[in-house]
Amino acid sequence: MPGLYVSGVALGALAIGAAMASLVRGPALAFVYPLSALAAVVLGVVDLQVLLSGSEAAIRLPIGLPTIGFHLRLDTLSAFFGIVINGGVVAASLYGMGFDRAKELTPRVEPLFPLFAAAMNLVLIADDAYAFLFSWELMSLASWALVVARHTDPECRRAAHLYLVMAAIGTVALLFAFGGLAGPAGGYAFDTVRAHRPQPMVAALVLTAALVGCGSKGGLIPLHAWLPLAHPAAPSHVSALMSGVMTKVAIYGFVRIAFDLLGPPDWWWALPPIVLGAMTAVLGLLYAVLDRDLKRVLAYSTIENIGVIFVALGLALAFSANAQHEAAAVAMAAALLHVLNHSWFKSLLFLGAGAILHATGRRDLDGLGGLIRRMPRTAAFFLVGALAISALPPLNGFVSEWLLFQAVIAAPALPQAALHFASPAIGAMLALAAALAAACFVRVYGTAFLGRPRSAEAAGAHDVPLAQQAAMGGLAFLCILGGLMGSVLAAALAPVLHKLVGGALPGPGSGPTPFSLIAFDPARSIYDAPVIALFVAIASLTTLIVVHRLSERRTRRGPAWDCGFPDPSPATQYTASSFAQPLRRVYGAAAFAARETVVMPPPGDIRPARFSVVVVDHLWRVFYAAPGQAVLGLSECLNVLQFLTIRRYLVLMFVTLVILLSIAAVTT
Amino acid sequence: MTHDLVVQFLAQGAQMTFVLLIAPLAVGVVRRVKARLMRRQGPPLLQAYLDLAKLLRKESVIAESASWLFRSAPYLIFALTWVAAALVPSFASGLMFNWAADVVALVALLGAARALLALAGMDVGTSFGGIGSSREMMIATLAEPAMMLIVVTLAIAAGTTRLAGVADFFIAEPFGVRVSLALSLISLVIVALAENARIPVDNPTTHLELTMVHEAMVLEYSGRHLALIEAASHLKLVLYLSLLICLFAPFGMAPATAGLSGWAIGLAAWIAKLLAGAVLLGVWEVSIAKMRVFRLPDFVGVAFVFGFIAILLAFLTRGVFA
Amino acid sequence: MSQAYEISHLLAGVMLVTSFALLYQERVAAVLNAFAAQSITLALAVAWSAWSDNRPDLFITALIALTLKGIVIPVALHRTVARLGIHREVEKVVGVGVALMVGLALTGLAQALVLKVAAGMASHAREELALALAIILLGFLMMIVRRNAVTQVVGFMSMENGLILAATGARGMPLVVEVSVAFSVLISLFVFAVFVFRIRERFDTVDLEALDRMRGDRR
Repeated sequence: MPGLYVSGVALGALAIGAAMASLVRGPALAFVYPLSALAAVVLGVVDLQVLLSGSEAAIRLPIGLPTIGFHLRLDTLSAFFGIVINGGVVAASLYGMGFDRAKELTPRVEPLFPLFAAAMNLVLIADDAYAFLFSWELMSLASWALVVARHTDPECRRAAHLYLVMAAIGTVALLFAFGGLAGPAGGYAFDTVRAHRPQPMVAALVLTAALVGCGSKGGLIPLHAWLPLAHPAAPSHVSALMSGVMTKVAIYGFVRIAFDLLGPPDWWWALPPIVLGAMTAVLGLLYAVLDRDLKRVLAYSTIENIGVIFVALGLALAFSANAQHEAAAVAMAAALLHVLNHSWFKSLLFLGAGAILHATGRRDLDGLGGLIRRMPRTAAFFLVGALAISALPPLNGFVSEWLLFQAVIAAPALPQAALHFASPAIGAMLALAAALAAACFVRVYGTAFLGRPRSAEAAGAHDVPLAQQAAMGGLAFLCILGGLMGSVLAAALAPVLHKLVGGALPGPGSGPTPFSLIAFDPARSIYDAPVIALFVAIASLTTLIVVHRLSERRTRRGPAWDCGFPDPSPATQYTASSFAQPLRRVYGAAAFAARETVVMPPPGDIRPARFSVVVVDHLWRVFYAAPGQAVLGLSECLNVLQFLTIRRYLVLMFVTLVILLSIAAVTT
Repeated sequence: MTHDLVVQFLAQGAQMTFVLLIAPLAVGVVRRVKARLMRRQGPPLLQAYLDLAKLLRKESVIAESASWLFRSAPYLIFALTWVAAALVPSFASGLMFNWAADVVALVALLGAARALLALAGMDVGTSFGGIGSSREMMIATLAEPAMMLIVVTLAIAAGTTRLAGVADFFIAEPFGVRVSLALSLISLVIVALAENARIPVDNPTTHLELTMVHEAMVLEYSGRHLALIEAASHLKLVLYLSLLICLFAPFGMAPATAGLSGWAIGLAAWIAKLLAGAVLLGVWEVSIAKMRVFRLPDFVGVAFVFGFIAILLAFLTRGVFA
Repeated sequence: MSQAYEISHLLAGVMLVTSFALLYQERVAAVLNAFAAQSITLALAVAWSAWSDNRPDLFITALIALTLKGIVIPVALHRTVARLGIHREVEKVVGVGVALMVGLALTGLAQALVLKVAAGMASHAREELALALAIILLGFLMMIVRRNAVTQVVGFMSMENGLILAATGARGMPLVVEVSVAFSVLISLFVFAVFVFRIRERFDTVDLEALDRMRGDRR
């Protein structure tokens, strides 16, 4: 109970900070970020205490709708997501302190930042449908306002417009979901919702609506189109919050509805999240691999990670529907750990992208290069993030990926034919996504940080202020620590897992070492990151020492060999586009109808040869352009109605009235 | 207990040393077999060791545009590959640290080494390094789904993803000619060819600019750095041969409880199978031509399709497996 | 289970793999070779169950499969291809990758169906049936996604191979039926041969037109 009061005070501080920031101008604004960081630390500590002690707290405030009130509850699930969110907020605030406000920001950002942070925290502790939707909308609007902060840029305006439309669609879907959950009696408090189980048809509708509502916020394909536009449009630390943290609130919404409010699952609930998630994972990365804008690549990769999390959630639903609690715990642990891990490395990467933007003023990969020499610290931190997001051991991304693969490998044991025939396909798609992620981030890192600078801005770059380095360094440290101590994190999740799926991973004592991560039982699958890391460290140090003893230690610097074709121009390097070419030819032809055309002028003609690539975004065409055209066409048709005489309007109204009356007469 | 632990620790150390020592020999056998089949004399069997020694003695020339990543990557790549190779059960299934990583983690360790190598290829900022890196990552995206399907098949059969567990299962369970396992074997062979940059995916002996993948990435390395990278690629070959042996021909491998005599038999059997595998690889490489890069999806796709059929067949026969 | 089971399962599995090989090949000659391999495997599978189940009448089926479909028809088709000078490349409606993915889905479908429909059968017969159904569906797919007449003939006969495999698994099919099936295949080969010749005529005219047009461009 005291935890909730402390959280309330911290949230109040954030709200007051927001209000103050909107009133004052000038140097006073410098206090916004420290205040946000402090409040987020307080909130995070409360959440951590709740998660570890398992003590829940609930309160009903007499505000909001008259009969419902405003229910708040802080349970272990909220606490876990609270830790995720407040960790991101602390990092983003720390990064924000390093900004040169006069040059890089407008005063529009500061009031909204704490508001956004507070709204996300409020979603987690909402305990009735009204409070949930209110805070969800607050979160959407605050982030929308942050996206539109640079409103002079037409790209930003377009992104903000699309975001607003998609957010509205999502909220309407959630409205339906809660309507279905509340049932005919209209019990909107979550306690009443939990008490009764909806009919199968209603459950299906609620699940669909939740998938649309939360999926659109998280970027589940085909509801993803706004995300790669809106996330990069915001200032970088806000991008980090939106991509690393706000998408997790969407996951929280789905988990809350599907695992908590909706009651015991049916097996077929698993299919939509699994199928959509797997498609999202692969397509998201194919988009990312072909894109040349650094921040947009990161946003597309967020889509992929959300897909991965949805696959894990779907598997957890399938396992718990079949009362395979151990396997459900593995899948759920994979989902939750990936939520945590992704919030760390995606925030880190977005902050890194912000640092590049700050240093060079460019976001296009083909204009960067060689930053590892100009920005050594940022380069080191970004490398950790890039390797972590590629799911490579011993970093944290691999821990959740490993658990997820274990869950997929267990899926053939499910009794339903649809699920066990789908499981190898899912496994293959996830493996493809993991390999594509590695390719994508080798490409990003290789073009932005390695090689030689491709532009004057990149050549003249400088590292960012200390506060920003600290933010990135802290996150990089967490990525390494989370990779080594994955089993500890999984053990801390045990209360959440018990609550959601009725099982947990085997405890830390049951493996060969205290830090072994175990899926199912030690005889089946173990991954022991510290032992492996220790071995790699010992092996590389031994190698270093032995090689330096044995070998000729002379080292000479010389021009690059490049098969005897040394070209001083950095333009001969591989660019992001050329790196993507093999992948585009292998996968792009099927996924995006990618075609290459080479126009080679005949000998004697002095025109340059031209190489062009056409990529068609089928998803945009089918799910956005076509409905947009339809709406436009329909409104053209209805345009006629604007130019009628009063008598005709009256006729319309009269006919409508008569039709409604006759419907009433027939049905009653 | 402590005595036992010491023995186990020594056994693990012995395995790390064995894989390191035997790796250049396996490569030498492959080269020798290829040369003899082409009616050439071929290099001596121990040439690979001499090459490594020579490279270690040479000075290292580093491009002016190279960063610290370029210099430190070889050590990490070598260490990652070495540890991964030592985690595959070779002569005994119950060694000290075999449990620390299952197949999934093993594949990921190699993935980490590959990502570092690809980054190192991009570091100098030349066109060839980029070609090599981008193609290597593309091939990885083709091979990893197939590898995942193989893992699923094995897990369906043996009920575990630990390599030692799978090997123990196949030693204990006398299994006949099972189609799903045969298909997995073919699939794994294709994946192994792709991962090791062997013909028809890549030609380890070529230096024709536009056809190389692996060699293009390491083009800028010289001296001790090149020695480490070469040694890592030798280790990777031994790793995949050991993996094939451990999963599909584990006979002779000493079980977890075997003593020193069991280990000796296991060691002899492992070395014999390893060299047999190297000979087969040599024969394969002279009997087939390298493919165009964009024909590779078709070739590695076979591994994917076979892996998938294997799983479907394993579903059918699950009554028999269980 | 017994070794008899292992080996019949192995042979049926190999037949399924050759079905995929039919979809995978890019050249007509390779398609014919794959088909011959499938037929020979079928002959082995049938002979094996004749021996292991002690049903000597099946040996005749095996012999028919071996001579007719393993040797005579592939050789005849090879010659036809050589004589007619048909394109040596397979003409595809969809790419190899897509065809293989669809093939995998069809195999899964066949298994799911058989597991559900024939739940009461012995596991051995059930597996054989699932594989046979998959081979039949893949043959059908081959006929749809490959345009060339020769490859269509091959697809048709690959379907027929699947049928014979299914019939072998289901015991007690009289020899008369098998002989008549084999005969009908022979008839259908003739019918297809006639088709091939007529299509060749059409191809020729098409080819000539194309040549004429090209010459027109040159002028």
